[in-house]
Amino acid sequence: MQLLIYILKRILQTIPLLILVSLISFFIIRLSPVDPLAELKLNPSISKETLQKETQRLGLDKPIYVQYVRWAKAFVQGDLGVCSTGESVAAKLKERIPNTLLLTAIVILLTWIVGVPLGILAAIRWKTPLDRMLTVLTSIGMAIPSFFFAILLLIFAVKTGWFPVGGLTSYNFNDMNFGGKVWDITHHLILPTTVLFTISLAGLQRQMRANLLDVLDSDYVKFARAKGLSEFKVVYKHALRNALNPMITMLGFEFASLLSGAALTEYVFQYPGLGRLVLEAVLKSDINLVMASLMMGAVMLIAGNLIADILLIITDPRIRVKA
Amino acid sequence: MADEYKNINVSVLKQITRDKFTLIALLVLFVIYFSLLFADIIAPYSKDFSDRNQSYAPPSKIFTINEQGKFSWPYTYNYKREYDAGAMQVDYKLDRSQKYFIKLLPRGDKYKFLGIIPSSRHLIGVEPEVGTRGASSAGRLYLLGTDINGRDVFSRILFGGRISMTIGFLALFVLFPIGLLYGGISGYFGGKVDTLMMRFAEAVMSIPSFYLLIILAAILPSNMTSIQRFMLIVVILALIGWAGFARVVRGMVLSIKTQEFVQSAQSIGASKLRIIIKHILPQTTSYVIVAMTLSVPSYILAESGLSFLGLGIQQPDASWGNMLKEAQEYINILYRPWLLTPGFLIFVAVLSFNLIGDTIRDVLDPKSKIR
Repeated sequence: MQLLIYILKRILQTIPLLILVSLISFFIIRLSPVDPLAELKLNPSISKETLQKETQRLGLDKPIYVQYVRWAKAFVQGDLGVCSTGESVAAKLKERIPNTLLLTAIVILLTWIVGVPLGILAAIRWKTPLDRMLTVLTSIGMAIPSFFFAILLLIFAVKTGWFPVGGLTSYNFNDMNFGGKVWDITHHLILPTTVLFTISLAGLQRQMRANLLDVLDSDYVKFARAKGLSEFKVVYKHALRNALNPMITMLGFEFASLLSGAALTEYVFQYPGLGRLVLEAVLKSDINLVMASLMMGAVMLIAGNLIADILLIITDPRIRVKA
Repeated sequence: MADEYKNINVSVLKQITRDKFTLIALLVLFVIYFSLLFADIIAPYSKDFSDRNQSYAPPSKIFTINEQGKFSWPYTYNYKREYDAGAMQVDYKLDRSQKYFIKLLPRGDKYKFLGIIPSSRHLIGVEPEVGTRGASSAGRLYLLGTDINGRDVFSRILFGGRISMTIGFLALFVLFPIGLLYGGISGYFGGKVDTLMMRFAEAVMSIPSFYLLIILAAILPSNMTSIQRFMLIVVILALIGWAGFARVVRGMVLSIKTQEFVQSAQSIGASKLRIIIKHILPQTTSYVIVAMTLSVPSYILAESGLSFLGLGIQQPDASWGNMLKEAQEYINILYRPWLLTPGFLIFVAVLSFNLIGDTIRDVLDPKSKIR
């Protein structure tokens, strides 16, 4: 029961945060010397009525705080306006967000599957050549600019022809059966995943290594060793559990940095994700789309941190007591 | 007391240079920054020199053995363009009719060394001798080929590096005072001020940083001079990072402010701002140094990403990111691999910074001693 109340409290806390985020983004965008409707006005397929409706919906003739209140009302009701191409913003986001979530989820899963064992390995073999080698290897992964790595992989894809260049699906995707579709998407995902995986592995591996080293240095582990427990039991039964806890906080961080890091990778691979959408919207100064995708990015980031926090409450009783 | 400090500094330096990887990294960075400082001399051409007849010329081939099979002073040939109608593409072939010997310290484009001393000598080059067939056959030395406008990639890498390798530091110098003061005030005052300030910082942190970065860069007016643009990019980079830093500082201030020396400063009537700046913030120095060295690479990467997208440093100015913009086309990366050199340089620089940062953290941050 207490747990539920705490979680509920934590969820409620995100509301003022979201309002603040929306205020900041709204004012950054509106105070910029860009006409929100410039693109719409230039597009001949947009009727005068739509234009009028947008002007009124955004309240562009009103002072800026009135505009904000209007925008916020519309946003809460799910009305995100139209893009400069005339499509509805909501539809566009609905199409892109799952793609970004798919990519980040796969990358997070992979980094955990690989990064945690490598971190444990480095901590157990602390200061051995193996440990040093892992540190250097992850440093190298961390130092490659994501877009540059993506370009190198593209060259590889073009030269060998083993991987499709860009996009998420092939042109004949709709004619495929279910298995074919899954394979097609996987095939397209391999390269972007490789880029993001290489870049985010280092952080996770190092954190895991540092945590385990911290715990291995603590008194209760020394006690367990003094009792004569086998090294295996000391590490995997006693030390590992406590070393894994702080990793859950990392989950939130990782998600945040992946959202940012994915944007450039998505751009190079022409991957239809949220990051590329923001970029396209920014380049076309499509204000509605920028504002909405900025908010969705923030919502996803806050949700990611929230999930990590809740997981931490469940796994770590100490935090429950403190709260 | 002074002696003790000296000893600590010496031992820190010793510990840092003891590690072989770190030593190599320091050396690499030294070579990079040294070449950037003397870019005017080292680069055979100026930043804006362009030969429109030589767009996408491959790197010059340098020969040391002449036609008779004997050793000779290094020389090179110019490239001449040939249109291959069958393959529908332009090929560059060596024009073997005229040899150009490599010269040390030849005269070239005029520049002001370090902004003061006028000179026209360059470290190496070929004498821009007007050949027998007019100005178009002047000798050219392209160590790393040319870009679409026929500009020397090697020279532009040197000039672009000046921007790419300093912008991160400049952003940090804007960001750290802001973050320190913000975190200091928030932590020291506590209560409602703290809550309000931290909520705002959290909100800034809740916007995916790269999204914020491109949006801020995109709303910059397009009619700015390159210096103004450079400065504003610095400010934007700083705006992205201050919140996270301020939050950590605030945490440290919360624990520092309960210590006795702060109470004694309070009791002699020092003003709040004075206590924060003079007594509390200096306690965070070692963390600040660690955080600074660890975050330089991320700003170098951010600038290059921004310029790569065309939102950062603009043509005709060079930066390593915007030079890679040309690598967005398949044709370029497949047939003109020399255009990718700035990417390798970013990688090498960032790797070096990371290795040095790791070592400094190990040495300065007592908590991570066990690493």
